[in-house]
Amino acid sequence: MLETLSNLGLGFAVALSPAVLLYAFAGCVVGTLVGVLPGVGPLAGISLLLPATFGLDATRAIVMLAGIYYGAMYGGSTTSILMRIPGEAASVMTCIDGYAMARKGRAGAALAIAAVGSYVAGTVSIVALMFLAPPLAEFALRFGPPEYFALLLFGLLVLAYMSGGSMLKALAMAALGLLFGMIGIDQMSGYFRFAYGVVELGDGVGIVPVAVGLFGLAEILATAGQPTPPAVIKPRLRELLPSRREWRASAAPIGRGTVLGFLIGVIPGSAHIISSFVSYAVERRLSRRPEEFGKGAVAGVAGPESANNAATSGAFVPMLALGVPSGPIPAVMLAAMMVHGVSPGPLLIKQQPELFWGFIASMYVGNAVLLILNLPLVGLFVNLLRIPYPILYPAILVFCILGVYAVNGSVVDVWIMLLMGALGYVLRKLDFETAPIVLGVVLAPMIEMALRQSLAMSDGRYAIFATRPISATLLAVAAVLLLLSLKPLVTHTLDWRARLALAEKGEGHP
Amino acid sequence: MLTTDRAGGAALGVIGLVVLVESRKLPLGTLHNPGPAAMPVVLASLLLVCGVALVAAGGGAARLAAIGWPEWPHAVAIFAVCAFAALALERLGYRVTMSLALAFLLGVVERKSVAFTLVVALALALGTFFVFDTLLRVQLPRGPFGL
Repeated sequence: MLETLSNLGLGFAVALSPAVLLYAFAGCVVGTLVGVLPGVGPLAGISLLLPATFGLDATRAIVMLAGIYYGAMYGGSTTSILMRIPGEAASVMTCIDGYAMARKGRAGAALAIAAVGSYVAGTVSIVALMFLAPPLAEFALRFGPPEYFALLLFGLLVLAYMSGGSMLKALAMAALGLLFGMIGIDQMSGYFRFAYGVVELGDGVGIVPVAVGLFGLAEILATAGQPTPPAVIKPRLRELLPSRREWRASAAPIGRGTVLGFLIGVIPGSAHIISSFVSYAVERRLSRRPEEFGKGAVAGVAGPESANNAATSGAFVPMLALGVPSGPIPAVMLAAMMVHGVSPGPLLIKQQPELFWGFIASMYVGNAVLLILNLPLVGLFVNLLRIPYPILYPAILVFCILGVYAVNGSVVDVWIMLLMGALGYVLRKLDFETAPIVLGVVLAPMIEMALRQSLAMSDGRYAIFATRPISATLLAVAAVLLLLSLKPLVTHTLDWRARLALAEKGEGHP
Repeated sequence: MLTTDRAGGAALGVIGLVVLVESRKLPLGTLHNPGPAAMPVVLASLLLVCGVALVAAGGGAARLAAIGWPEWPHAVAIFAVCAFAALALERLGYRVTMSLALAFLLGVVERKSVAFTLVVALALALGTFFVFDTLLRVQLPRGPFGL
């Protein structure tokens, strides 16, 4: 405990230095803009802005990228409440009651509750991250290739299980992503795989062009020809203060959302989307007046908004402690850290304590910055939504091309982005989720290497995965999940994933 | 009936088959000592199985013909502009390529006025070059005459 606090002191010494503070602030502002703009979620936002951090040292760069991540989570609620358009996927649930509150003239109160809930959840979950990540990293030092293989396989299956909609489709998308990750030089044998003479593909398919293509370009392709978004409800500053009744109604949902969100965030999957869905369902079930949900229930805003921000910190636990991304956004963050010469994993906390603890401390600072930024300046951010989309999307497209090209200075990456954009557009139309593809691309080389190293260790005996307790446990849990996912096929009922898919399409409440 | 799941499943199955065929060019290794083709073969087989399962069980999904594609002219134009950017970026340089791409999107696709198109296209292309290349020192390609 004392050691943690002393380490946190070291972190604050880094985070409160003027330069780091400036980059945390810049990250939060840019992240909020990214979250406010429909179509540019945190994943595409971080990928696009990665080149902007190339000239910075690792600490400043990572602090800025993390600021973009949780700034986008904050900003996403603004369009949900004021326009019923989720700025990013995790804000889908906020659309339901947030927009209903706005139509009743309580837009300001809804925004304030979302911002305060996000702040409380963000801050409390960083405390949990701070205490959980170091012991987990200590434990992970016992991991060898068999444990990593089991962990990665477990992660992929959990991701497929936790995705909304069909697990079969999610598994197919994960397999497709893993196949993309096979392109390039095989690390064990040196063979070129599926590169067809393109030298730039030797290092494999980069995560940035894949993420920007599937999430940035595909969104533009799908929405640029659509009619312009509906009018924005603009809140007045004096309306921002919720009433005493609204504060009381939001306190418990914020607490529950924080705990739920953090726990779900640690588990692999599209954590912040699922956490907001689960939180909404829990609040509706616990409410004395469930009939208010969908018509402007305060708990319907406070719970999901707190949950998705707590999940953001939760997702950093496996990434920082194990070096294993739990979803597509941590996967891009992991790639960004590697670009800056930082290898997240069990040794990060020991070898680069000022980076780890500076990052943790900067998250506290960032949350405070976002609270200050979001409430008084909400009118300013809303003005951004007044830019017509026919002018906005060409600008976003410029950033897509620039961001992708600048990572490696390679036009091949722009072509990859283009192909992924077309693929993402078609997959969206066919109702396939693309997040597992991104995770598959990152995990493919790790999973293959872990498998082949494990077999080399055991003279080719697969029993090594069953005889080591950690890998055996992880594989057993993965098998149980696989069996659970088959249950709806036997019982012919809608399970929670099918209900989540319906809710995301706006066809029903969870 | 052709549904979205069936169409997607069939496409994924075809990709799986293509990868299986292409993997024959690489050594497969053995079960105990897998070669560079082993993992792609396993994954392509999984993709094939998922594709076949989706075709078999996808009858209840939305009908493919029911999907609207009203945005396709925009999508094709944007795709073409990106392809042009990829081809021209290192030949014409960042500033010229982006100015032309933006001018096409704003002036031709979105039918904005000539003056507005020119101002926005040049401001965005030159502005982003200044911020990223000059201020942030991200190396962006230059074309003929150092443009």
